[in-house]
Amino acid sequence: MRPSDLLHPRPEGLYCPPGDFYVDPLRPVPRALITHGHSDHARPGHGAVMASRETLAIMALRLGEGFCETRQEAIIGEWVTINGVEVAFFPAGHVLGSCQIALRWKGLTIVVSGDYKREPDATAAPFEVVTCDVFVTEATFGLPVFRHPDPAKEVGKLLASLQENPHRAHLVGAYSLGKAQRLIRHLREAGYDRPVYLHGALERVTAYYEETGIALGPLARAAGLPRGSLAGEILLCPPSALADIWSRRFAEPLTVAASGWMRVRARARQRGVELPLVISDHADWDGLRQTILETGAGEIWVTHGQEDALVHWCLGQGLAAQPLHLVGFGEEAAEDAA
Amino acid sequence: MKAFATLLDRLSYEPRRNEKLRHIVRYLREAPDPDRGYALAALCGALDIPAVKPAMLRALVAERVDPVLFGLSYDFVGDLSETIALIWPAQFTGSNNAPLHLAEVISTLLSASRREGPQLIARWLDDLDETGRWALLKLVTGALRVGVSALLARQALAEFSGHPVEEIEEVWHGVEPPYTDLLAWLEGRGPRPDPSAALTFRSPMLAHPIEDEDFETLQPADFHAEWKWDGIRIQAATRRNGLARDVRLFSRSGDDITTSFPDLIEALPENAVIDGELVVARDALIATFSDLQQRLNRKVVSAAMLRDSPVALMAYDLLQVEGEDLRPLPLPQRLARLEALVAAKAHPRLMLSPAVPFESWEALAEKRAQSAENAAIEGVMLKRLDSPYLAGRPKGFWYKWKRDPMIADCVMMYAQRGHGKRSSYYSDFTFGVWEGEKLVPVGKAYFGFTDEELKGLDRFVRQNTINRFGPVREVVHEPQSGLVLEIAFEGLQESTRHRSGLAMRFPRIHRIRTDKKPAEADRIETLRSLLRSG
Repeated sequence: MRPSDLLHPRPEGLYCPPGDFYVDPLRPVPRALITHGHSDHARPGHGAVMASRETLAIMALRLGEGFCETRQEAIIGEWVTINGVEVAFFPAGHVLGSCQIALRWKGLTIVVSGDYKREPDATAAPFEVVTCDVFVTEATFGLPVFRHPDPAKEVGKLLASLQENPHRAHLVGAYSLGKAQRLIRHLREAGYDRPVYLHGALERVTAYYEETGIALGPLARAAGLPRGSLAGEILLCPPSALADIWSRRFAEPLTVAASGWMRVRARARQRGVELPLVISDHADWDGLRQTILETGAGEIWVTHGQEDALVHWCLGQGLAAQPLHLVGFGEEAAEDAA
Repeated sequence: MKAFATLLDRLSYEPRRNEKLRHIVRYLREAPDPDRGYALAALCGALDIPAVKPAMLRALVAERVDPVLFGLSYDFVGDLSETIALIWPAQFTGSNNAPLHLAEVISTLLSASRREGPQLIARWLDDLDETGRWALLKLVTGALRVGVSALLARQALAEFSGHPVEEIEEVWHGVEPPYTDLLAWLEGRGPRPDPSAALTFRSPMLAHPIEDEDFETLQPADFHAEWKWDGIRIQAATRRNGLARDVRLFSRSGDDITTSFPDLIEALPENAVIDGELVVARDALIATFSDLQQRLNRKVVSAAMLRDSPVALMAYDLLQVEGEDLRPLPLPQRLARLEALVAAKAHPRLMLSPAVPFESWEALAEKRAQSAENAAIEGVMLKRLDSPYLAGRPKGFWYKWKRDPMIADCVMMYAQRGHGKRSSYYSDFTFGVWEGEKLVPVGKAYFGFTDEELKGLDRFVRQNTINRFGPVREVVHEPQSGLVLEIAFEGLQESTRHRSGLAMRFPRIHRIRTDKKPAEADRIETLRSLLRSG
């Protein structure tokens, strides 16, 4: 039996023929298993959806209650059988509710990582290594230039800039699911106790994080504030809002972005970012390599990102490796979520 | 080194000109001599460190990083110094090296051999953090790319000292890094450096593009017209002092480019400052810009190059002669003096840019259209007869009126990642037109689109790749699927570079035609007919 008998790409997404289901499909399918709530992985219109409780809740928040016909909550670490294929969800450490999905069939185990990171994050359950034969990994930051620094150091830059520029509103572009909430937690851990202001697009997901028991400290709405306000304050917004006319209404806005892409100067400049913070919810080059080795997998499939370099490295380690060339992944990640 | 690294880091992320100025001024106030002078020289591109070359840095990194991974990383990051700074394996050397000083780096490297250079760099890279590594590599390679021109750096000096920038310009070419004499003068601690020791650059007068509505208000009788040559704008300054002769050629931005064009030196009259276009001229025939391009940015000029692509000056203004400043005089008086000077010199490499006589705007438009026959002419220049020579881009005096470009619908065939500002995006596109049932490439374009359009183009490439050849991706180009690009170009030439036998001049993406199928794109016959008519 070949691993591709258990899982292979189709135009709709990664498909499991014996189980007759898809993992993170790009188009509506009868049965989908979803790793996490980012829109390039969690799309509306499927028949049955299985995901962690948090991912289901986030999908309902962002896509509407009718995002699928039937929902099934995956209990973390518990194996269930779908058409003879054993399936289990394990934490991926990417955002709240994010999971890897393990498939077991006829003695073969494949783990689909979805998106993941290895750094500690108080807003997401930590990544759990699952031993497998085939590891399907992302490669958003699969180049040796990507090494994410300590987030505390990056947050320190933001706090220093507040001191240095008390007359300017600090607008931080951070993706609405995951990055924004994690950034708030890092600010609290650094002792920042002022209210953090939120763009409207961040309110619902952030409220949901708090409902699950993640303490985020004082938060305030940015909507309805008079022109020229928020000097010396932090306002979180979706990255796309940084370039909006909306952002110009605050006091001499200083453009900040929190993303792994900020490690490359041209990327920051292309987006007009004045203060780049390298904070990512994806594994960096070291994290990807460490994880691949720890899973013990002899075969690595690379879904999206800088697949060429990671495949090259795997081959050098004596691991079988190939890119999957799934179209459509990483679009949200490339623009915002990374 | 730390203060300099912080300065470069801030400049690289600061889009606003005034804030850039503020950062430089603050650095000049806080940093000691001679560090700050060297930093200034680096910002102006005035440092040349022979012991370090990019190829040597590549070799250094190749000893430490898998070359394939380095290649892919460089391809993504798009900047050699930054790639090396990010990828350099961090190692704790346990050394207690004293903090590195900018002046120490430069003086050590200037006295180092080509063999010692790499060893020094490697040791420093081991001791620095990422920003420090990046700043060091930027400094030693001289390619800063932080959005600071030599002009902006001098403006910072003006702001720092309270002296008008024109005063600084007058002495600038007489001073050398680390500029301790200049800084002493600007801080009121020393005498003014003597600019007569060197020839200085004068800010050139620039033109505005003419708009259709301008013709309604402007009177033809008030204007002098001449061809707009497709070369590079230069200022040629000469001085004879007894047996000694000094000649400087400055680019439009004031860079000294004298060493690239030794063949022009003897053609210049003495004690004069001439404004004109540098062109390649074979006998009296002016060649196209692509011929001139071979000659640009060369420190060493080969004999073959001097023979095959000799340059000439197409003179169109005279700023100074025998110590007399002509800039306040009206244009016809300056031109009369220039004509006399050119005639007296009687050298084939010094030409007077001829006037284009005209009675009406319609008549001039007709001449402009006809000028398409001459690929060395971009259009016409219109200069008010009563205009003095004013630095900068004053309104209402000089206009440029370029020819209307040609347009063709082409299909994207291949894409490659760009460098610099566009790095990590697919931004270099090869496109083609139909020849029978097949598409044949006719050109490459890497500008003309907005940043927003670039993202769309990049996404199209990544989602429609059908083949990879190293860094080049082939994208789908079938009659019913693919991307149609409306290409604007300034002319068409026969060429052996593309299979189609045609080459476009200045091709750029005019519009992205998502509303068209590739089957609707132009055919090679259409382009060939343009070749005949143009």
